[in-house]
Amino acid sequence: MGSYIVKRILVSVPLLLIISFLTFVLINLSPLDPAEVVLQAQGVPEITEELLEQTKEELGLDKPFILRYFDWFISSLQLDFGESYINGKPVWSLIGPAFLNTLKLTLISSIAIIFMSILLGVTCALKEGQVIDKSIRGFSFVLTAMPSYWLATIMIWYVSVKLDLLPTSGMVSYSSYILPVIVITISYAGIYFRNIRSSMLNNLNEDYVLYGRASGLPEKKITMHILRNSLQVSISIFGMAIPIILGSTVVIENVFAWPGLGSLSVKAILGRDFPIIQAYVLILAAAFVLFNTISDIINAFMNPKLRNDL
Amino acid sequence: MKNILEVKNLMVWDIVSGKKIIQNSSFDLKAGSCLAIVGESGSGKSVTCRAIMRLNSTSLQQSGDIIFKGENINQLSTKELRKKRGKNLCMILQNGMTAFDPSCVVGVHLRETLAEHFDWSKNEAEVRMKSAMESVMLINPTEIMNKYPHQLSGGMLQRIMIALAIVLEPDIIIADEPTTALDTISQFEVVDQFINLRERIGCSMIFISHDLGVVRKIADEVLVMKDGKIIESGNTEKIFSGAKHEYTKYLVSTRMALSNNFKRIMGEGQ
Ligand SMILES: Nc1ncnc2c1ncn2[C@@H]1O[C@H](COP(=O)(O)OP(=O)(O)OP(=O)(O)O)[C@@H](O)[C@H]1O
Ligand SMILES: [Mg+2]
Repeated sequence: MGSYIVKRILVSVPLLLIISFLTFVLINLSPLDPAEVVLQAQGVPEITEELLEQTKEELGLDKPFILRYFDWFISSLQLDFGESYINGKPVWSLIGPAFLNTLKLTLISSIAIIFMSILLGVTCALKEGQVIDKSIRGFSFVLTAMPSYWLATIMIWYVSVKLDLLPTSGMVSYSSYILPVIVITISYAGIYFRNIRSSMLNNLNEDYVLYGRASGLPEKKITMHILRNSLQVSISIFGMAIPIILGSTVVIENVFAWPGLGSLSVKAILGRDFPIIQAYVLILAAAFVLFNTISDIINAFMNPKLRNDL
Repeated sequence: MKNILEVKNLMVWDIVSGKKIIQNSSFDLKAGSCLAIVGESGSGKSVTCRAIMRLNSTSLQQSGDIIFKGENINQLSTKELRKKRGKNLCMILQNGMTAFDPSCVVGVHLRETLAEHFDWSKNEAEVRMKSAMESVMLINPTEIMNKYPHQLSGGMLQRIMIALAIVLEPDIIIADEPTTALDTISQFEVVDQFINLRERIGCSMIFISHDLGVVRKIADEVLVMKDGKIIESGNTEKIFSGAKHEYTKYLVSTRMALSNNFKRIMGEGQ
């Protein structure tokens, strides 16, 4: 088991290298000259060739591409992502707190999603084909079909403006979490509970359920066995869901003015603030790899067949 | 001999398609005897056995009377039925590999089942289970109970199910092709265990098998099924020596030819 964990972590290292390199290449393929962006952002009235050369040197842009990549990668490992082109502040001082805010929103939403998915998935599987199963599936289908920004806007209008119950935007208190978490949960739990439902239904036809019933075990105990086996599949899906949510909060964060990565990255993209964009993509990629690794390890731990083969 | 189980006009149909799977089946199981059910694949052997314990999937419905010790199983409440399952009517499945929850050690199922039917202390249940396992040639029962199904062989898992039946001491054991998934040597051992089991707890048995050799060895009576109907039934020797129905004759002759052929090849190979 221990060796599996080490192996799994070692595999993620080259993956991160490749992702970081692609990120760097793609952003540097942009036709825009970063030096020009910086000068424009600083409000320099007249951009001369001389000034451009000088700025390039300051930014280290005159060095060969590969060298620049390694410089960037090594310092990135120390969380030094350079300075913002727009306001000259260290990128980490901007992206660090934003990342934390996004992470808080993501983790709380993920817990809500996992809880709701299991609750709805189990309920539907146990009541397969009955009114409650059909209505939950129908209702969730309608809800997940709605674009999240639209759902968010309606909620803000109704709950925050009309009823004046919750803050409309920002991250001012715990109550600020309620609406964004609800919107994110609706968009994702509607997908994942189906997964748990169908995996439970598959398990329901397994021989061990028949043998459990034939042995006179109560349905409650049998359900626990089914749940345990169904969750194994779901755990790896949840593990992948967390980074997906992390990446897709862009929309929700912008609607709710959540001071997170999503808001920051949109601003950076509009302002062509390359170091921030690079750092954003790298951090997301790292989160992807990290959560994927964690869910694989948990999965291996829960599945005795995998555990013993390792 | 008294009948321990009487099945009268059993009908099973699919509520979605309306297709009749079992049509008007009636048969008796005498106390202490072994009834074999034979017939080709899809003839309704498994559905019949599950119907006796009301274990068919919810998409199948059944009617008729299943009289077990004077009570009609078809009319029992789910709670009363659950008490009988395992304790009075015990099922042994074809594939031991899939019969146990793959993410629990096999001991979990054994302990849960015994805790459900008896007021024994944990220790007592453990001791009884272990001695039953040893009696079916499972050495190191403690170790086996702590293994996952995929770490054990099909024959061992089959014997674990038999050992559980020994502890439960049911009135009827229903075995659905218990030897089909096994290699020849394990098959031989498991059949022996079934014969011992009957002698030991004096139960009745319903035994489904494709293997007419095994049926001849273990069964007192035989039911022949085809397309959801019982087409012939009677004493084992009578069925083998003088089948009345064409289909039964065909079944006996092809199966016997097959095993004769097998013996001939084995004989020449030596
Ligand atoms: N849950 C179900 N829903 C609908 N039809 C079913 C169901 N279970 C079994 N059947 C049908 O009932 C018929 C009898 O099936 P059954 O499993 O009893 O056959 P069998 O005699 O046990 O065959 P085998 O020797 O292959 O085990 C088959 O035609 C099968 O398709
Ligand atoms: Mg069958």
